[in-house]
Amino acid sequence: MAFRLSQEQEELRQGFRDFCTGRVSLERVRALEGSGFERDLWRELAEMGVFHLRAPESAGGLGLGHVEAALVFAELGRAIAPGPLVWSHLASGLVDGAARGETVVTGLDLASSRRGPIVLEHLGVADAVLVLREDGVARLDPKSIRSERIETPLDPLTPVSSAAALPAGERLGGADLARDLRQLGTVLTAGMLLGIAEATHVLAVDYAKERKQFDRPIGSFQAIKHMLADTFVRQEIARASVYAAAATLDHPEVADVATVVSEAKITAGEAAMKNARTCIQVQGGMGYTWELPSHLFLKRTWVLESSFGTIEEHADQLAEGVGAAGT
Amino acid sequence: MDLRPTAAEERFRAELRAWLETEVPKYGAPPSRGDWPARRAWDTSWQRKLFDAGYAGMSWPKTYGGREASLAEQLIYYEECARARAPYVGVNFVGLLHGGPTVIVEGTPEQKERHIPYILRGEQVWCQGFSEPGAGSDLASLRTRAERDGDHYVVNGQKIWTSFAQVADYCELLVRTDPEAPKHKGITWLIMPMNLPGIEVRPLATLHGQSEFSEVFLDNVRIPVENRVGAENDGWRVTNVTLRFERGTAFAGEMVDLKRWLAEIAEVARRVTDHGTRAWDDASLRREIGHLQAETDALWYLLKLSIAQADASGVPGIGASAVKLFFTELKQRVGDLGMRVLGRAVLGRSDVAGLPSESFTYEALQSLSMTIAAGSSQIQRNIIGERILGLPKDR
Repeated sequence: MAFRLSQEQEELRQGFRDFCTGRVSLERVRALEGSGFERDLWRELAEMGVFHLRAPESAGGLGLGHVEAALVFAELGRAIAPGPLVWSHLASGLVDGAARGETVVTGLDLASSRRGPIVLEHLGVADAVLVLREDGVARLDPKSIRSERIETPLDPLTPVSSAAALPAGERLGGADLARDLRQLGTVLTAGMLLGIAEATHVLAVDYAKERKQFDRPIGSFQAIKHMLADTFVRQEIARASVYAAAATLDHPEVADVATVVSEAKITAGEAAMKNARTCIQVQGGMGYTWELPSHLFLKRTWVLESSFGTIEEHADQLAEGVGAAGT
Repeated sequence: MDLRPTAAEERFRAELRAWLETEVPKYGAPPSRGDWPARRAWDTSWQRKLFDAGYAGMSWPKTYGGREASLAEQLIYYEECARARAPYVGVNFVGLLHGGPTVIVEGTPEQKERHIPYILRGEQVWCQGFSEPGAGSDLASLRTRAERDGDHYVVNGQKIWTSFAQVADYCELLVRTDPEAPKHKGITWLIMPMNLPGIEVRPLATLHGQSEFSEVFLDNVRIPVENRVGAENDGWRVTNVTLRFERGTAFAGEMVDLKRWLAEIAEVARRVTDHGTRAWDDASLRREIGHLQAETDALWYLLKLSIAQADASGVPGIGASAVKLFFTELKQRVGDLGMRVLGRAVLGRSDVAGLPSESFTYEALQSLSMTIAAGSSQIQRNIIGERILGLPKDR
C-alpha cells in the first residue's frame, strides 16, 4: 500500500496548477461572467488532456488513471474553470469530438439529485446532452429539448435552462454504463469541490494575514485562527476521501466503490460549502462584495453540490450499509 | 497513490488474523472498569502473549525487540485487533507509546536495558507525570521542583491527571530544575520509580465515576540522577519527542474502533424496542449515521495519507494535529448519537432491557476527556493556525 501521491502525480498536479495559474486565471475566468464559456479556453483545456487523459495512448489519450483525473479536476475547481467539464470528460469515447474539445457535451444524472425541476447547465453551447437514468445512458440532441433559459443563473459562470421533460434520445448503454459514469462523475465533481475548498481556504488565510484591525493582523485573533484551522482540517479530510475514491476506481478490489464514492462527495461537498462560507465571513464586508471572487466559489459549490447526488442523498445511501446484517 | 496491499502485507494480515481468531476467544472477558489490579493483570498478560507471538512493539526498532513493522502493517495490526475485539493496549499505553519510545531515542544504554525489554513484555507499567494543577495547556509553566543533592534529585510538588498511577511501576516525570531560566529551559525529564518513599497517589473520580486518573503528591522524593533522560534543563525538547509520538499513530486503534462502534450503534438502532418502535425509522437519524460513516472513513484515509507522507519525508506529518482534532470531536458526535439511539435505556449505566447502555454511556462520557487530553482542541487549532498556516501568534 502506498497511499500518497507518486512523484509523477505530484508533478502532474503542479504542472496543472501552473497551467491554470497562467491560462485559467481568475481574470480570464471572470471575463466570462454571463456566458460561462469560451471556445479557445475549451480547446486549450482539451489540449491539456482534461477530457481524454484516461484514454489509452493508442487512442490518442494520455493513458492516465482516475487518481490523475481527480487531481486535474481539483485544480480546475481551484481555478473555478467554467463549462460542462465533467460531462465532456464522461463523454470522451462515447461522443465523437468530445475528447478533443470539438464537441461540447453537457448532461444530467436523473437518478441522483432528484429534488426540484429538470435544470440543465450550459445547454446553449452544448452539441450533445448525456442523460444518465437508472437503466441506461442516452445521448440527446440539444435542439430536441424544449427548454427555457433562466434569465439570471445563480452562478454567473454557469448558465442554466429548465425543461419540463426530456426526450428518450439515442441509447448509448445500459444500467452498468450508467452506474460507471455516475460514479466517475461523482468523483470528478468531488474533486472540483475539493479544489474549491482549497482555494477558499487559501484566500481566507491570505486575507487574515494581511488585513489589520486593532493594529494587528486579524489572523492573530483566535476567533479567526480557529475558523481557519477548521477550514484546513475539512480540506484535508476531503482530500483523503477524494484520493481514496479515485484510487478505488483504479483498483475496485480495495473497497466498496459505491461507498467510497459517496463518502468523497459528502466530505468534499461539506468542505467546499463550509470553507467558502468561512472565507466570506473572514473577509467581512469585502467578502460580501461582487468584486472579491469568494461568492463565485460559493455559487459554484451550489452547482456542484446539486449534481451527482447531494450530501443528504449520499448520506442516506451510505446509512443503508452501516450496521446491517453481515457487515 | 495505490491502496492495494502488497503480497507481504496480505500475508501479515492473514497470519495475524488467524492468531487473533485463536487467542482472543480463549482470553476471556475483561475485568470491571474500576478494578485496577485486575485490569493491570489483564492488559499485561495480553501484552506478554503479543510478545511471545512476535506482535509486541509493532513500531519499535528490531534492535530493541520490536517488530519494526512498516506503517501499512501497523495500520493492519490496528484493523485486525479491532476486528477481533482484542484487548487494547490499556495500562501499557504510556510505556509503549510515550515512555518507551522516548527512552529509545534519548536514554542511556543502562536506561534502555533497565526498561525497554520489560515494557515490551508487559512487565513494567508506566504512567505520565506531566500536567499539574497550574500547568495544563501551558505545560511548560510546571512548578514541581527538583533540587540536586549529591547523586539524587529531591523532588517536591504535585502532578494531576496521571493515568494508571495506581498500578504503575515507573513515572515519566517532568520537573523544574532551574527556576530562574525561561520556562521552557529549566525543565528536566526523569524516570521515577513509583515505589519510592514520599509518593502519594490519590485516585481522582472522573465524571463517569471511575478513577481513571490520579493526583500524585511528591514530598521530598529522592530520584537517582542516573534516572535523568537527556541533559539537565533539556527536558522540554525531550518532552516534545514524547508528544510527537502521542500525536502520530497513537489513536489509530481507537479510530478503527470508532468505525466498529458506529456500526454497533446502527445495529442497535435497527432493533425494535419494548415500545415497538425503532430508532432506525427516524430518517434524520439514519442520515446522521451515513454522514458520520463518511467522516469516519475519511479520517482513516487521512491517517493513512498523513503517515505515508511522514514515512516518505522522514519527518512527522503536519497532519497529526488535524487527525487528533478531527478524531476526538468526531468521537464525541458518535458518542452523542449512541446515547440518543438508546432512548430511555440511556438512563442506566448498566445494560437496560438488552440494550448496551453500559458501553454506550461509558464511551460517550469517556470521550469528553479526549478533546482535553494530549493538547486540547483549542491548542490543536492554535498549532494548526500558527505552525501549519503561518498565522501570527496572539500576543
